[in-house]
Amino acid sequence: MVAHLLRLKLTLLRNGLRRSPWQLVGMAIAGLYALGLVGTLVVALVLLRAADPGLAQTAVVLGGSAALLGWAIVPVAASAADMTLDPARFTTSAVPMSQLLAGLALGGLIGIPGVATALVALATVWTWARGPLPAVAALVGAAVGVLSCVVLSKVVTTATASLASSRRFKDVSAIAFMIPLVLMGPIVAGVGRGVSASAGFLPELAATLSWTPLGAAWSLGGDLAAGRPGPAAVKLLIALATLAALLWCWKLLLERALVNPPYAGSGSRKGGKLGLFGLLPATPAGAVTARALTYWLRDPRYSGSLVVVPLLPILLVFQGSQSGDFGTLAIAAPLSAFLLAWSISADVSYDNTAFALHVATGVRGMDDRLGRALACLAFALPVVLIFAVGQNFLTGSWQALPGQLGLSLGILFSGLGLSSVVSARYTVAVPLPGDSPFKKPPGNVGQTLAVQFAGMAILALLVLPEAALLIAELVTGNAVFGWANLVVGPVLGLALFGAGVRLGGRWLDARGPELLAQLTVNR
Amino acid sequence: MLGGYSGCMTAPHPDPAASAGPVPALSIRGLAKRFGGKIAVDGISLDVPAGSFFGIVGPNGAGKTTTLSMATGLLRPDFGTAVVHGVDVWARPLEAKKLMGILPDGVRLFDRLTGEQLVTYAGLLRGMDKDVVAERVGELLSALDLGEDAGTLVVDYSAGMTKKIALASALIHAPRLLVLDEPFESVDPVSASNIRSILDRYVSSGGTVIVSSHVMDLVQRMCDHVAVVAAGRLLAAGTVDEVRDGMSLEDRFVQLVGGRSHTEGLEWLRTF
Repeated sequence: MVAHLLRLKLTLLRNGLRRSPWQLVGMAIAGLYALGLVGTLVVALVLLRAADPGLAQTAVVLGGSAALLGWAIVPVAASAADMTLDPARFTTSAVPMSQLLAGLALGGLIGIPGVATALVALATVWTWARGPLPAVAALVGAAVGVLSCVVLSKVVTTATASLASSRRFKDVSAIAFMIPLVLMGPIVAGVGRGVSASAGFLPELAATLSWTPLGAAWSLGGDLAAGRPGPAAVKLLIALATLAALLWCWKLLLERALVNPPYAGSGSRKGGKLGLFGLLPATPAGAVTARALTYWLRDPRYSGSLVVVPLLPILLVFQGSQSGDFGTLAIAAPLSAFLLAWSISADVSYDNTAFALHVATGVRGMDDRLGRALACLAFALPVVLIFAVGQNFLTGSWQALPGQLGLSLGILFSGLGLSSVVSARYTVAVPLPGDSPFKKPPGNVGQTLAVQFAGMAILALLVLPEAALLIAELVTGNAVFGWANLVVGPVLGLALFGAGVRLGGRWLDARGPELLAQLTVNR
Repeated sequence: MLGGYSGCMTAPHPDPAASAGPVPALSIRGLAKRFGGKIAVDGISLDVPAGSFFGIVGPNGAGKTTTLSMATGLLRPDFGTAVVHGVDVWARPLEAKKLMGILPDGVRLFDRLTGEQLVTYAGLLRGMDKDVVAERVGELLSALDLGEDAGTLVVDYSAGMTKKIALASALIHAPRLLVLDEPFESVDPVSASNIRSILDRYVSSGGTVIVSSHVMDLVQRMCDHVAVVAAGRLLAAGTVDEVRDGMSLEDRFVQLVGGRSHTEGLEWLRTF
């Protein structure tokens, strides 16, 4: 039965890859990435064989503990739990519990994270190959440690299954996960600095961890190599007890989960609160604005990008603090103007087939375009103004403000006009409604790339006058060019905005059903 | 009435009988649609009399949804025309769409809105007055047993509730013609009979309803006219009594469509 489950997992993996070549490409990229990481770690562990046993012990125990923590946290935080062998699907098959557990645990090792962890753990055997006994102990430790990783991750995902299947949790976790992802650079640098500042503390931390369930399994080889068989025996007991306790927890949770499937319902709420629909004008364009703004706040695919915007200056300030020059902060306003304006170029694709309501009600294309653009403008305009003024406030000189503001507003308005045209005609591959913003979207990758690149190239052409004025200002240092930019940017931008909304609206009126048909393909 | 061979589409041909009599609520002529190599609808012509409760039945993949999408302006036909109360759907779409309320099957809704917001949105998109919308939304939601969940996000609704909120969005502007694709799918029996009585009252006051369904019993009890569609073609159309020809609609349907397998074999199923 265990072999059966493993074969099932392999078949599922193979058939998943067979569905489309892009799946294979994605797997290959992930595989290469993992291979690079695993290779580096294995080489490091092999080199540690020649190092001082204390240093090797510290590195192995800390690394092992981090791996165990990672297996517990990542699947839940990224809502990316491996559900290929979802235990709920075996409820009707009457598989004996012990065999189900063994099969699922070993099945958890199949896949890139499992194989990578196993390979790195096995490399510790070489680190401790300083005698037969330490090597054997390291092998036992690695086996127990890797199994603990898999089982711990199963315990956590089973325990949080009903939490993870609730929409609210998925929404929040997707957005929360965005923050560390964007701030990866500063976080890594900060942790690196903290670690190097407190290097003396690390061996102590490792020594403490080695007595806890987190590090016990990884410390066996090191203890024996250092000639401490007594502590090693106790730690072996701790590691085995940990694995046993985890298995027992998992068994209990699974037994409960199999007869109590996760409940994802939510309480019902009475109406009476129209939200933005009550505040904005009751016209078709006003209704589209209210709907789009509601989505910016409620749909993680939209609000994810809203979370990134305030992080943008943080990122730039961090970069400035590294180099001591805060000049890069000047791009915060034009960059956010570009990102926000371009973000609605996929608006209809984000609607998916819900766009049928617009076609069915016969709303005029102009109203549709204008509503969406105004919704984006409602927060993009304040953001751009705050970023531009804030940067000049920080640097203390207000000379560059007019030029910078002119360029940013030009990009914002022209971009919104262009996006209104693009999303009226072309669909791109985006995550489906309700999916995580990180999920790989189905659909035509080629067209998506073509639309993105062509659109950005056209936008670059449209803001050429503002860019030229900015360059002239920077080269000559003449403030007149800056003030000219402050006039040209908004005027030209608003003209392009109006033209884009009009043209996009006309296209939408003419080709609404065709656009809907394109969306149906990507469903 | 209809010919055509697999592999080539029947040319549209006008039906001379259509010009006589009162203006039908929906009149389609030679509608045809091809998706890649597959002909989904192969020249369907049909008149839906004003004030009728019209059922469209057919097996899975018969082309019901495609036909209704083309008749309501959601999918552009390769051939043929659709006219709603004398207004050509594809020549004057905005006017035609004002006359119709549409419940499409298999499309998403803007489900991050609350039920109340979604129906309000549908009304405002049609340019209706704010106060009228507010009044009708409240009445519609309580008539469809959604009053308790008006403030819940549609994404958290059950399948049946989602159908009902989509129906409310189709009714908000008091259309003259209602086109409902599979309106009773996964709707509970109590709500289904509420919906039926709403639709009955709507028809008796002069409105026209077109429903597509798999459930023959329901169509036989509810509708006065019926059309049978299979493999993209119209097999029969008329009043329910004409079409069923003394049999039950279900038996007549199976006879028309064919493809019933004989229940031989599976002997082991009785051996336990």
